[in-house]
Amino acid sequence: MDIISDYDTQILDAFWVTVKLTLLSGLFSLVWGTMLAAMRVSPVPLMRGFGAVYVNVIRNVPLTVIIVFCALGLADVFGVTLGAGVDFDAKYFRLAVLGLSAYTAAFVCEALRSGINTVPVGQAEAARAIGLSFTQVLMLIVLPQAFRSVVGPLANVLIALTKNTTVAAAIGVAEAALLMKEMIENEAQLLLISAIFALGFVVLTLPTGLLLGWVGKKVAVKR
Amino acid sequence: MSSVLYDAPGPKAKVRNIVYTVLFLAVMALGVWWVIDKLNEKNQLEWALWKPFFTDSQAWTTYLLPGLGETLKAAGLSLLIALPLGALFGIGRLSDHAWVRVPAGAVVEFFRAIPVLILMLFANQFYSEYTGISSEQRPLYAVVTGLVLYNAAVLAEIVRAGILSLPRGQTEAAKAVGLRKGQMMGSVLLPQAVTAMLPAIVSQLVVIVKDTALGGVMIGFSELLVERRTLASNYSNVFASFIIVAAIYVIVNFILTSLASWLERAVRRGKRTTGAVVGVAAVDDLSTGAASGALGGAGGAAPLLGGGDAGGGGDGGGGQGT
Amino acid sequence: MNLRKVSAAAACALALSVTAAACGSDDDGGDSGDGGGKDKITIGIKFDQPGLGLKEPDGSYSGFDVDVATYVAKELGYAEDQIEWKEAISADRETMLERGDVDMIAATYSITDEREQKVDFAGPYLLAHQDLLIRADDDITKGEDLNGKTLCSVTGSTSAQNVKDTIAPKAQLAERPGYSECLDAVAGGSIDALTTDDSILAGYAAQEANKGKFKLAGLNLSNENYGVGVKKGDEKMKTDIDAALEKMVSDGSWEKFMDANLGPANYDFEPAPKIGELK
Repeated sequence: MDIISDYDTQILDAFWVTVKLTLLSGLFSLVWGTMLAAMRVSPVPLMRGFGAVYVNVIRNVPLTVIIVFCALGLADVFGVTLGAGVDFDAKYFRLAVLGLSAYTAAFVCEALRSGINTVPVGQAEAARAIGLSFTQVLMLIVLPQAFRSVVGPLANVLIALTKNTTVAAAIGVAEAALLMKEMIENEAQLLLISAIFALGFVVLTLPTGLLLGWVGKKVAVKR
Repeated sequence: MSSVLYDAPGPKAKVRNIVYTVLFLAVMALGVWWVIDKLNEKNQLEWALWKPFFTDSQAWTTYLLPGLGETLKAAGLSLLIALPLGALFGIGRLSDHAWVRVPAGAVVEFFRAIPVLILMLFANQFYSEYTGISSEQRPLYAVVTGLVLYNAAVLAEIVRAGILSLPRGQTEAAKAVGLRKGQMMGSVLLPQAVTAMLPAIVSQLVVIVKDTALGGVMIGFSELLVERRTLASNYSNVFASFIIVAAIYVIVNFILTSLASWLERAVRRGKRTTGAVVGVAAVDDLSTGAASGALGGAGGAAPLLGGGDAGGGGDGGGGQGT
Repeated sequence: MNLRKVSAAAACALALSVTAAACGSDDDGGDSGDGGGKDKITIGIKFDQPGLGLKEPDGSYSGFDVDVATYVAKELGYAEDQIEWKEAISADRETMLERGDVDMIAATYSITDEREQKVDFAGPYLLAHQDLLIRADDDITKGEDLNGKTLCSVTGSTSAQNVKDTIAPKAQLAERPGYSECLDAVAGGSIDALTTDDSILAGYAAQEANKGKFKLAGLNLSNENYGVGVKKGDEKMKTDIDAALEKMVSDGSWEKFMDANLGPANYDFEPAPKIGELK
């Protein structure tokens, strides 16, 4: 068990980076995904078109391509540093968050859209009848109910995001998968090391699923 | 286009919509202008960098098409191997015997909880240390192994959802004519479930295709993304080649997605089927986490967005796998 | 297409895949390892390094390493069409030789103590130095200047390790899967220099699309003795290759290969090293 004591802080640090990537990207993708969903149901045709194209393109490109492009395209060609200057660790971490958020937002948007679909037509009709505008209908009546019904699907998006943070290893962000790659190449105990990292992800994802699944059942609108 | 979310626009709303359209257009134009300006400044728009893709068939025959071939080979192999395994575990989870159901469930949940990259890294190192697979073949083996382990678990859930999506009457009728459990599964439920799952399976293939790229970058499997690197070493066009490769992925996956949606519509319409279907949208949920509740079919109250557009699975795209 | 046919086909595929899985997973894998087969020689090279080992658009291979390997193979009795080229990724090189996936490797393969424990080297046939590739209008004159600068190299390479450990521990280092992926960043200014062996850098600087954009800084940050890797203990192979390399230098082919492949970069290369003499 030497390997655990040799690497204990490194393993914890790496998983902490995984957690940070997950939480930050989760937050940004929730915001951006909600905006996309609003665009996709808005009265302005151009916005609907933009939302549809965005979602369909992003969902069909591998996340790996998006993340690597953030480094090779956004950073190298466009000179985007996201305020990190020449601090490479911060720069690639932030670029990874950007890529993960842009990707995950497409799935948040689609989950929300199907959530909007669960709200009965009468709700929106009643809201319009009392004179609410589109923005008011969406913000006050439809979205609050939609969110409550998609806690389960959004939890699944969050779990997928947790697992997808490993792709950040492709641009050298020091998260769990990169450390695992380094460890299995340098140490002899492949099975033990793999078990540690597998367990780490089970610990991160299973409670999320159970907890949010329970929350989802609690808050769902009974119909 | 009218929607229940807003009234048919009156004169004021029409003006407002035009204002929003113009504003949005301006923001988009600004973005496009910034992109083009930057690209120009960095000489990324020079025709010499893009020319190989349009005038030189060798760029395709030497690098991109073989790379795409490897991508599709790995994806196809993974699906073919994962399907029977998935069917086995999916049916196992529906077993009446706890000693079959519980282990099958544990295996499925375990592999769904682990990132596919972790599985690939493990398989790669495992083959390197314990087997004699040549270093040339190893990345393919590792990628396929990782994808099979993960996708068998996902397909198990799709199979389970497919069987559960069938109307109860099918089981009851099968029992009534005296079929045993095996017969019922083999000659009544599974054949119909295959039809119901087809869209979800094709949709899962998109996820698999996308995941192969990870094997390219992290363990050197010579698929499309890696062949792009060899190509870019020749033409010095990293940026241009990236755009082209991304477009190839979009086109390939868009074809698969369209096929999945077409299948889904066909299954829903089908006169000879029960109309039960595991939709494309279900894949998003099934391929991700625990606590799945994404069995297709039931629509609930009248949908707000109309047209079954978002309800049945939207206009598609792959699931969220990498 | 009608739906029943589709699902019937899918059911067939499902059934077929059971058998396909069984027979599909244990074929091939063994066909590449017949090292020493007399009608073919398998040589590991780089596929993505212009000037040294590059897969050309027409599917042929070019570069100094390729020319050297072709010459050596000819001396060993193999014509050009009897050579099978394989990509030797840096991290895989020792394993490929140990397993016999390739008969020899000429892929910017520096002779180091660590590697010599696992494989044998013939040569050296080229003395390179770690150097920097910088923008044509930029200037870096000594290694210490690098502290506070931003560098790019290939993931896990000795050059990257060298920078971190000794040359400039305070430099910011971006590690990429391939050298070509550093070039845009250097050209665009978001990274100051690409660092690796000057021979490799010269290959990039000599490329048509890069002419006039970059230059070599001319720092000798380390000595890299390129050798031809062979399986550990294969003395005959090693002496045969040594003899071939010696002949290549004496009959002027070495000079010719250098000029043809790395000449356009104004690469001020070292004279051909003596066999068995490491610097």
